[in-house]
Amino acid sequence: MKKIFVLLLISGLVSPAFCQDDLMDLLEDDAPKNERVTSTFKSTRLINGHTTETRTQGVLEFIIGHRFGRLNEGGENLWGLDFAQIRLGLEYGVSDNLNIGIGRSGVDKTFDLFAKYKFLRQSTSVPVSAALFVSGARRADSAFENLLEGQGIPFEGKYRNAYTYQLLIARKITSALSLQVVPTIIHRNYVATSTEPNDLLALGLGGRYKITNRVTINAEYIPTLNQENDNFKNAIAIGIDLETGGHVFQLHLTNAQRLQERGFIGETTGNFFDGDIHFGFNVSRVFNVAVKQNIRR
Amino acid sequence: MLIPLISYSQKFKSDSSYVRFFSEAPLENIEAVNSKAVSIIDLSNGNFVFSIPVNQFHFDKSLMEEHFNENYLETEKYPKAIFKGSFKPSSLVDGAQTVTASGDFNIHGQTRPVNIEGTLTKSDNQVLVKATFTIKIVEYKIKIPKAVFYNIAEEVEVTVYFEYKEL
Repeated sequence: MKKIFVLLLISGLVSPAFCQDDLMDLLEDDAPKNERVTSTFKSTRLINGHTTETRTQGVLEFIIGHRFGRLNEGGENLWGLDFAQIRLGLEYGVSDNLNIGIGRSGVDKTFDLFAKYKFLRQSTSVPVSAALFVSGARRADSAFENLLEGQGIPFEGKYRNAYTYQLLIARKITSALSLQVVPTIIHRNYVATSTEPNDLLALGLGGRYKITNRVTINAEYIPTLNQENDNFKNAIAIGIDLETGGHVFQLHLTNAQRLQERGFIGETTGNFFDGDIHFGFNVSRVFNVAVKQNIRR
Repeated sequence: MLIPLISYSQKFKSDSSYVRFFSEAPLENIEAVNSKAVSIIDLSNGNFVFSIPVNQFHFDKSLMEEHFNENYLETEKYPKAIFKGSFKPSSLVDGAQTVTASGDFNIHGQTRPVNIEGTLTKSDNQVLVKATFTIKIVEYKIKIPKAVFYNIAEEVEVTVYFEYKEL
């Protein structure tokens, strides 16, 4: 018995010392199998619309959306830069999947509230990420009441409200390319003419292509499906995202000047191909107000 | 006769691990931990390897974690950090002893020779390894732009800890 033990020891000693790769082979099986896909988009906004991205629990984001006037206004108005519409927003990660936000846009003095719930995350076994988005917007301008009264329409407070429901579905196809489709319903309590449906249907289409780790090109097109008023155009936008740590700068060109779903999906009047294009940007800054302890010690 | 002899080994495989890195900078200290690393150690010849799935590092700030994966370590392209080497002295006694592992560390697709000093504790059927060392991120071509929000040190301290069971 002792002899065998000695033999065993010797065999251990003389066994080749260059078998680190064999050891590596023994480790290969341990790779995590079902990995989540992250960073489908750099921001919670594609350009005008939302993405499936959510801020994680305890993260507060301050987001400023800015759309200048039209490029084809010419040099006198500095190609639209003399005028701007702005939306100020605050958004918060209630959980990693649930975000809520408030915002206020200059157009029609509109306040909005939204909730976005990401119920599906793309992973090795799940092909897409998906989120539900619900928002309510209320135009608070006094001019609206006067406008209706002037037309002999008895004003009701509910006419100020519109509601948006979206299903956002996105897939990160490669590390560079992500695409998204967004079936949308916007319910407007008041519309100006009978050619504008109270329940407006639209299908948002968009994507991003990553040029470098910190720069992406984005495009977004939101055709409406039952809009009969020719004055209203489908929102088109192209842009770039520049990420610098805690900030993402989004610069874009779009025919939509309004910054709330009801506005840019349902009330865009610019014809992109006639040069009714607005330069705009979104700037966001995140704050970790209630840091979740990801690190378990 | 030889087959049973060869199959006898002194290979130990980790069943528990902890990897931490720590970057100390004036603006902000950055720390991340990873419990998914795996390692094998062969006491018969001193061979020692470990593999760290880099995208399993967890940070307190989720956005920092995203940037770590997307921008700095590019973990889709370079999913693992791997050390392959051997330690000395290879003759071990029961109890704790200081050992030095020499080998190649591959991080972010770049391989650099490193010497890691650590403590190896051996008992009847268990081995523990703990080591703390620094790596210079520039050596692994991890690019940190000058104007970043996070102030990241040029050297980060890495701690690895493995508990092994005989294989």
